[in-house]
Amino acid sequence: MSDKIYITGVGIISSIGKNVDENYFSLLRGKSGIGKIDLLSTVHKNEFVAGEIKYTNPELERLTEIPFNSPDSRTALLGIIAAKQALSNAGLNNPVDGKTGLISATTVGGMDRSELFYHHYLKSEKLTNAIGHPCGDSTNMIAKATGITGYSTTVSTACSSSANAIITGARLISNKILDSVVVGGTDALSKFTLNGFNSLMILDRDICKPFDNNRKGLNLGEGAAYLVLESEQSLSRRNMEPLCELSGYANRNDVYHQTASSPDGRGAFAAMSEALQKFGLKTSDINYINAHGTGTENNDLSEGIAIERLFGKKIIFSSTKAFTGHTLGAAGAIEAAFSVLTIQHGFIPPNLNFHEKMEDLNIVPQSELISNIKISRVLSNSFGFGGNNSSLIFSKV
Amino acid sequence: MREIFITGTGIISPQDTLNSSSFLENIQEYSSNAIYCMEPEYKNYIPVRDLRRMSRILKMSNVAAQVALQDAELERPDAINVATGLGCLADTEKFLLNLIENDETLLNPTAFINSTHNTIAGQLALMLQVSHQNFTFAHNELTFEHALLDSLLLLKNGVYHHVLTGGVDEITENTNTIIRNLGFLKNDNISNLELLNSPGNGSIQGEGAAYFVLSDKTSSDNYSRIGDVSFFYNNIKKDTIVEEIIAFLRKNRLKIHDIDLVISGYNGDDTYDSVYRELGSGLFRETAQAYYKHLCGEYFTSASFALWLGVSILKEQIIPGAVLLNRRRSKNIKKILLHNIGFYRNHSLILLER
Repeated sequence: MSDKIYITGVGIISSIGKNVDENYFSLLRGKSGIGKIDLLSTVHKNEFVAGEIKYTNPELERLTEIPFNSPDSRTALLGIIAAKQALSNAGLNNPVDGKTGLISATTVGGMDRSELFYHHYLKSEKLTNAIGHPCGDSTNMIAKATGITGYSTTVSTACSSSANAIITGARLISNKILDSVVVGGTDALSKFTLNGFNSLMILDRDICKPFDNNRKGLNLGEGAAYLVLESEQSLSRRNMEPLCELSGYANRNDVYHQTASSPDGRGAFAAMSEALQKFGLKTSDINYINAHGTGTENNDLSEGIAIERLFGKKIIFSSTKAFTGHTLGAAGAIEAAFSVLTIQHGFIPPNLNFHEKMEDLNIVPQSELISNIKISRVLSNSFGFGGNNSSLIFSKV
Repeated sequence: MREIFITGTGIISPQDTLNSSSFLENIQEYSSNAIYCMEPEYKNYIPVRDLRRMSRILKMSNVAAQVALQDAELERPDAINVATGLGCLADTEKFLLNLIENDETLLNPTAFINSTHNTIAGQLALMLQVSHQNFTFAHNELTFEHALLDSLLLLKNGVYHHVLTGGVDEITENTNTIIRNLGFLKNDNISNLELLNSPGNGSIQGEGAAYFVLSDKTSSDNYSRIGDVSFFYNNIKKDTIVEEIIAFLRKNRLKIHDIDLVISGYNGDDTYDSVYRELGSGLFRETAQAYYKHLCGEYFTSASFALWLGVSILKEQIIPGAVLLNRRRSKNIKKILLHNIGFYRNHSLILLER
């Protein structure tokens, strides 16, 4: 595992922007994308806020610059937009040689269309909306739209899905199965997830307050992000300048509860420690942590305790969930993309809506923007149901 | 390079495959386009208090995993990789149905919690207290092979010594109706044993839970070694299937006559079967050939049944009559090639060695 893995392209679409630049400027300006739900058809429209992307599906289709002759799921459309950006950023506009792979993550796949379908199905068995339901379909649509014919697969591990897609891609490169691979994830807002998280009573009706003593829950968001990972050989063959390096990763299980995180954050602690240790890094090598920080009582306590126990009091960390909402299967990739931006541009995005220190913690998140700072290494956390904890480390080259 | 062995298997399928004393001798015939698993008496494996909270797919997964671990004489694997095409469908449908019928109000979270794809792998991590990697691959029809490749890489990197790898999918009545109406299935009352004699498109829907313990060492010479797992994409404009298979064999320093048996993914649908048939009368004409989807049905992780079949054939040194396609039989079966085709012209190849 000594071979380096480079990042040569990034693509993002989220509620704070339809491309990398728009996302970057929103982070700099502290502009949240969370607000009233306009497009998702739900009875909870006026009850909850969300990080909704304000483009209708036909508008998203136009953004992909590809003609569609059948309805595609919103998840696939978002994925196509972000993956195309990442490829173009990496100068891989036509990856038809079969050497570029695609590892995509999603939790609900084409659920937006399944909901429509199921509604009709109960009455009339209308079938056109059922085809995109399997998670792999969004990946296949992205592969088709971007011309990727190499190895492609789909990872679905709840809210850590796209961090695990990045780990899977990294493993395929270090084992020389692939030279370059597009990794990331995509998830659209759906009634299924909105009602699911509502039934768990962990949705905040206002914009979420990660790591605040009075946090009330998470906001859902939607989006997609992809990174292009490349081996050293591929980099020198293509004569590319990397944006940064993926210098550590780990996936660990909390082995505590199906949905809840352990109160001592053992899985989070294990994931962060392993990502450092296995790759010969120390806690002092990390300049910034982009926390999972969903704004729920349980996650922020568990994660905060793990961060404090491992890094002590001086570590700078923030959650960007109050910008984008929790984008589920896309969250790990969107935050990985943000981590790459912090290294590229030398800034730390603020943890919005933080007012009061959590009682059980001695650390507080960075609540103001820091600019003009040299960031050499960033650690990004993504945690999910099933006790699934992943940490990624990005380094300046 | 480290060698990777399959040191234990456990499988629940529409055939009598779990803890069976015979190897595919009593074949189950169904007259339906949906063939369900022969489920065990769950209370022999799972405490009754846990059973009540578990969905059918979780129970099948749990038992198959337990049997695989017992077979490998292993208490706890280092990591878990699960493949599932559609995840916990019954709970997904249940939550979706409640949501629609109750107009998004008064919903019970249990079905939502259990609907997540990684509930299957997460549940095993909890039961077995496995704190390392816990991945779930959900990539349609080649998803099991993707999980298998990731497990192989984990072991080859030397970080882990035992990785539990499974393929799990379930049938629900609604999905059966949906895929039947989409034209993916044969007639309602087809016999599974006549699958290859019913021309046209469509297959029969199946399900299963199959687990394998993959290890970087073995104390038994009875079990198989996984030589290689690979994928290729066939561009329809330029048929490269034969070249790709030969290249795969060459990479493993093999020629076609070194393969004692090829197990192909015939599923009754001409789109796929015509490709297998052409290989069968061409590249593989001198090779013993077997098929299996008439026994387990077609489902996104049905390749896990094929892997179990291959491992069992190497162990027992018998090719059951029910799977044999031609009259060729090797006396000494040492090397098996598994070939499966998914939608979008993606192919998978697995090399198994004794």
